[in-house]
Amino acid sequence: MFPFLTILVAVPVVGAVLLWALPASARGRAREIALAITGLELALFAVMALQFDKSDAGAFQFSEVYSWIPQIGTSWALGVNGLGLLMIALSVILTPLAILAAWREDKDESRRRHYLALILLSLAFMVGIFAARDVFLFYVLFEAMLIPLYFMIGGFGGAQRRYAAVKFLLYSLAGGLIMLVAVVALYFVGPGGDQAFLTDNLSGLDLPVTTERLMFLAFFLAFAIKAPMVPVHTWLPDVAETARAGTTALLVAVLDKIGTFGMITLCLTLFPEAARWAAPVIIVLAVISVVYGALLAIGQRNMFRLVAFTSVSHFGVMVLGIFAFQVTSMEGAAFYMFNHGLSTGALFLLVGFLVSRYGTADVDAYGGLQRVMPVFAGTFLVVGLSALSLPGLSPFVSEIMVFIGAYPVAAAAVIVSAVSVVLAALYILLTYKSVFTGPVRADLGEARELTLRERLVTWPLVGLMLLLGFLPGIAIDYLSAPAADAVAQVTIEEAGA
Amino acid sequence: MNFVTPEIAWAPLAPILIVLVAASAAILIEAFIRTPATRRLVQLAVALVALVAALGTAAVQWALLDGAGTVVMDGMITVDRQALAWQSMILVFGVLGMILFAARTRAGEESFTPLGSTAPGSIEETLARRKGLQLTEVFPLGLFAVGGMMLFTSVTDYIFLFVALEVFSLPLYILVALSRRRRLLSQEGALKYFLLGAFSSAIFLFGAALVYGATAHTSYSAVAYAMELGGANDALLVTGAVMIVAGLLFKIGAVPFHSWTPDAYQGAPTPVTAFMAAATKAAATAALLRIMYTSLHPLEWELSWLFWAAAIASMALGTVLALVQTDVKRMLAYSSVAHAGFILVAFAGLEGEALSALPFYLLAYGLASIGAFAVVTQVRERTEDGSVGAEAVRLGQWAGLGKRSPLLAGAMSLFLLSFAGIPLTAGFVGKFEAFSAAIAGGGWPLVLIAVVASAVAAFFYVRLVVLMFLTDVPEGAEDDIAVEDSPLVRLVIWVTAVATVLLGILPAGALGLLEDAAVLLVSLGA
Repeated sequence: MFPFLTILVAVPVVGAVLLWALPASARGRAREIALAITGLELALFAVMALQFDKSDAGAFQFSEVYSWIPQIGTSWALGVNGLGLLMIALSVILTPLAILAAWREDKDESRRRHYLALILLSLAFMVGIFAARDVFLFYVLFEAMLIPLYFMIGGFGGAQRRYAAVKFLLYSLAGGLIMLVAVVALYFVGPGGDQAFLTDNLSGLDLPVTTERLMFLAFFLAFAIKAPMVPVHTWLPDVAETARAGTTALLVAVLDKIGTFGMITLCLTLFPEAARWAAPVIIVLAVISVVYGALLAIGQRNMFRLVAFTSVSHFGVMVLGIFAFQVTSMEGAAFYMFNHGLSTGALFLLVGFLVSRYGTADVDAYGGLQRVMPVFAGTFLVVGLSALSLPGLSPFVSEIMVFIGAYPVAAAAVIVSAVSVVLAALYILLTYKSVFTGPVRADLGEARELTLRERLVTWPLVGLMLLLGFLPGIAIDYLSAPAADAVAQVTIEEAGA
Repeated sequence: MNFVTPEIAWAPLAPILIVLVAASAAILIEAFIRTPATRRLVQLAVALVALVAALGTAAVQWALLDGAGTVVMDGMITVDRQALAWQSMILVFGVLGMILFAARTRAGEESFTPLGSTAPGSIEETLARRKGLQLTEVFPLGLFAVGGMMLFTSVTDYIFLFVALEVFSLPLYILVALSRRRRLLSQEGALKYFLLGAFSSAIFLFGAALVYGATAHTSYSAVAYAMELGGANDALLVTGAVMIVAGLLFKIGAVPFHSWTPDAYQGAPTPVTAFMAAATKAAATAALLRIMYTSLHPLEWELSWLFWAAAIASMALGTVLALVQTDVKRMLAYSSVAHAGFILVAFAGLEGEALSALPFYLLAYGLASIGAFAVVTQVRERTEDGSVGAEAVRLGQWAGLGKRSPLLAGAMSLFLLSFAGIPLTAGFVGKFEAFSAAIAGGGWPLVLIAVVASAVAAFFYVRLVVLMFLTDVPEGAEDDIAVEDSPLVRLVIWVTAVATVLLGILPAGALGLLEDAAVLLVSLGA
């Protein structure tokens, strides 16, 4: 069988190396080359997605297993089910858009080339992580991904970028290293041998209770930092404020999903008993994230920080959906992971466009823009409404699925979280009001309508949200089986016990 | 009394003998070739040929080894795959080190003083420099150090271990003192290294004497056998064992026996630091492994507190002190102390895993060390008259190196990431292996501490990366730093960088070889 997944990982790596090794004469074309590579990636992905057997979306397809380091039991094992497929879709859709969004960011040719190469490199890691079927491989990619991200945050962006990059790195590294202890321990509690780390070989282990709980916590901490959940979320606003909009869009829209993705594919699969044990506390933390994130978002004057805090809130909803252990809520959470990527990605990029025009992300510096740039304002409003889960746009569907699904088991949590929708209306609409309505601020300078390039970046995302808002079945067909499997893994054992 | 000459099987000793004979020949070369330039070339050629030949011989022996290995000289030396693996590693470090020894700046300046016996800043020193004298004794000294270290890894007798210890230590003491620039620092470092080294040798020897007093044996296996038979004086035995281990911990550079590292690392000519950091640690770890697994293992319980305490203290103190350093070489020195702690973590429980984990760890660490110090030799200060001066070791001077020389800064970052144990570098695989061994031996609390220490350590490694890539060259300081471009150093950096990446991505081959080497031959012949 054609090794689609390995090629999807390899193409961006080759692209990045190509960009770095570009002869001087071709360096001016770096953007076009990078875009072409992501286009190729998208095309390859489309071909693969068409061959994906939707009727069997719970099974891992396009599986590849090659021996990698047999001495420590790890393999180059890739495979995707419906969830992985959708997350890879998100990655390959957003990356070309982020490249397009950064089209005019760098005056300096060599800086631009480095930035694009780093984006391609992180695309390879994203695809690899969403497809990894070996815990060791997952860990390696999970940690190694920090390097390109670190340089993307620290090398390109605002004045505080070095501080933000170090904070991001230390948070992630701390989580990752604690996870490493659990990864090493997995080898000893698992079956061992040449393929000790294959996820399939590690599920259904009958672990001693304490061991399982400790290992679950180690994994969960790493994912909670990545996702980010209260109280380990504080790196995100700092990064969002100072990093480039495209970087943040990719980071929040795709990379942070690795946290929730890991919770579903690793935490629940490998440690079902511990997941049940920890679920009540995690749900409480999730609800705190939902409300606290929303409240802080209302208080922000910097739009990047604002969007970052809304994400903390939204991630809370996803985690609630996952740890309610209901099929509908799990489906909703998985779907929300995709939708949130579209919605928040678009929001970050739009704020970035605003900042590229006027040089500030401060809400108070703006006013009345809808008169001078109506298209921009309209796009912003639609994207903003998607963030507050307006019916008709896809985030609504997923949020309602989480709430309905989780209600029977966690009614209080759902009721409190539902309040967040009201808060979301506040932070989105208040922001819209002060930026786009009222009299035009005289000191703002010349207005520039959403350009063709910027429309190309944002409108596809809006279109996708509308499409999935009205026809959510397109995506949910891919997610039902994986969600049901994940829930079954946690609950069957409970029924047996 | 009849003295019976022992039967010596020379063949298994061939790699060591080649190096030691070449070292002796190199001393004669010193006497007979008068022109400095020719002498330097001949010495370099002799050293490299000898080391490569020894490496080849070791490889042949590896292939031809029947059974677990060979015992030579009545059980004084054991040649098994474990020993051959360490010896080959030290030879590789030796080759890389010798190439660095020979490197010169664009202006033709070596790393070593023209005449070691002159007082720093004296007229004699200036005269010696003007006359173009060159100190080519560094090559035989280096060869003796390599030979001694190789011996150190395969000796199985406490008294002979002491001999090997001195054979490789004495040349190192001298080498540390021979820096061309900042000679006072160099001599200070050497003196501290020598005094503390002599002290630790004495402690080791005293320990060996106590063990002999308790068991009436000096051979590793006989000591273990005597202990298992029982009846030995426990107080004597444990005191002796602690002192033996302490002597070796000194060479590994673990807390509380680490205080020589920052001064010696900083003062020594950087090529010597590179070689010493990689090879000494490897040799000492190898010897400690052999002793703990084949001789003192009955005392595992009694000694475990020492290993745990030294490991925790090294990791904690090494990382914390590295955080506050402002000198690149001192920072790397304290990081080496932290790494000594990580090495000791793998000793928890004395599991078989450590026998393949530690060689890999030390290989990864050694390659990154040599590479990192090789980079240090290339970043130079520019003096007032525009010529190239001493190495720029203040952290602030590294700001914006990524702009001056992206390849050099990139390589340095790679080595730092390998030190930090970031995946896809050799350092990560090494760390993973070491932690596996510790967890297998029940040392998970140690691993947790190690993990926290790694996270803290990542901070200062990354700080240097930030300085190189994300900080601009300070205003007005554009011409303060000169980046050298010595082809020899560049070769070393390339080799170590490529090896670091390869061992990080495709370590299966090396790990497979080392798993074959995870056997220690124990004989009760003596």
